[in-house]
Amino acid sequence: MISCSGVGKRYPGGLTALENVSCDIAAGEMVFITGHSGAGKSTLVRLIAAIERPTAGGIVVNGQNLAALRDNALPYLRRNLGLIFQDQKLLFDRNALENVLLPLAIVGTPPREATRRAQAALDKVGLLERARANPIALSGGEQQRLAIARAVVNRPAILLADEPTANLDEESAEHILGIFREFHQVGVTVLVATHAVPASAAGAREIRLARGGLAA
Amino acid sequence: MNAWLNQHRLAFRDAWRRLFAAPLGTLLSLVVIGIALTLPAAGWLLIDNLQRAASAAAGTQQISVFMALDADRKASDEIAARLKAAPPGTWRFVPRDEALKQLQGGARMADLIAGLPRNPLPDAFVIEPNDTAPAAMEALARTIGGWPKVAHVQLDAAWTKRFDALLRIGRLIVGLLATVFATGLVLATFNTIRLQILAHAAEIEVARLIGATDGWIRRPFAYYGALQGALGALLAIALLAAGKALLDPLVSELALLYGASFALRGVSATLALQLTLIGATLGWLGALLSVRMSLKG
Repeated sequence: MISCSGVGKRYPGGLTALENVSCDIAAGEMVFITGHSGAGKSTLVRLIAAIERPTAGGIVVNGQNLAALRDNALPYLRRNLGLIFQDQKLLFDRNALENVLLPLAIVGTPPREATRRAQAALDKVGLLERARANPIALSGGEQQRLAIARAVVNRPAILLADEPTANLDEESAEHILGIFREFHQVGVTVLVATHAVPASAAGAREIRLARGGLAA
Repeated sequence: MNAWLNQHRLAFRDAWRRLFAAPLGTLLSLVVIGIALTLPAAGWLLIDNLQRAASAAAGTQQISVFMALDADRKASDEIAARLKAAPPGTWRFVPRDEALKQLQGGARMADLIAGLPRNPLPDAFVIEPNDTAPAAMEALARTIGGWPKVAHVQLDAAWTKRFDALLRIGRLIVGLLATVFATGLVLATFNTIRLQILAHAAEIEVARLIGATDGWIRRPFAYYGALQGALGALLAIALLAAGKALLDPLVSELALLYGASFALRGVSATLALQLTLIGATLGWLGALLSVRMSLKG
């Protein structure tokens, strides 16, 4: 599903964020990318989501070689990815339901079906009764769950989460991981970047990064 | 297809909402656009009305054809035959004797003419052409001037030609004015949309991350620009109608003084539609330019 070979990312100015990282993630796998801050976790996630382009190596996502992908094809790749960011990137000028409706508006889902699906996604993360609330009125954990609802409403094949539980207390973090596990169980490929594999997920596959490379 | 329609419907709804989200700013933009469209449209209407007034005032436009003094009746018959063969309008033959008789009708002229050894007047034709456009009149006069024994052809409404030239200059000025204001309209929309884009920066960023195409991002702004332009045009139409209502009594009073019946022509349905389309198109253009430049950066 996701295949990285010899991936490197060097920023102008000489900072090397990633160097020679190779990994394969099969369809339906749940994988944790771990490492200290600065290890390159976020960079790897951003490269897989084609938010940035690698300066070395190649990445294939869902059968598409990102290096060969033209700019105008990027949106269609992203529609197959559910992206979850550490800072959620929620829109505070609209309520929770409208935030979840955005990906559906982008693909042109008919309004009635869109509302139904957005409500189902909110229900899935336990936020249905907060549908009319502005995200600013939600707790940190609720905001992260709202971001997950937005990421999954289009039923993507891959969920990509960058430090989704970094700012959350243990209980909220566990709740979030539980949601990821549920998606994994129904066949979604889940990739979570986090500083360490949580205790509840012991035994899950781990790709450990250290100083921009794969850790031994 | 259905998805595409839904996207457009949503973009249109979004644009409409954004217009009303900041009523004061929208109103100011509409006034600017309205004025930018009113001025050239008013100039256009002014010229249109002047032209109509001129052709009404000119009355019947005639061409007088004078035969050479040495031309005999046969030569005049030849001209009459040509006119009969292809009549350019209604025409009338004025024999030299009749012309002299008319002239003798004036009391003081009678003595003067009685002293003349012979009739100094030539045979003449008076033509009222069907096509009174200055260029057509001119062409007709030239043709007849080339016929045998025709000494002089006089265009009785030469001033309409001069006036027409003036109107052409006027039209050119209105055209230049329209270009300047159209550019202004595009730039005004450009700036409004630029501010809109700044206000929606977060939404644009998120939309891109979750798979929005550039087209999807552009769409609501393009609709916004077009809507704003169209509404500005409606304002311009209202301003023009108000101006006409203000001028109407003055114009009919003036026309009465000259014994003419003349009423101003205002914005026709066609012109209203054209103005609205022009406003919408220019607004759309300004929006697209703005989005294109902003999204590049």
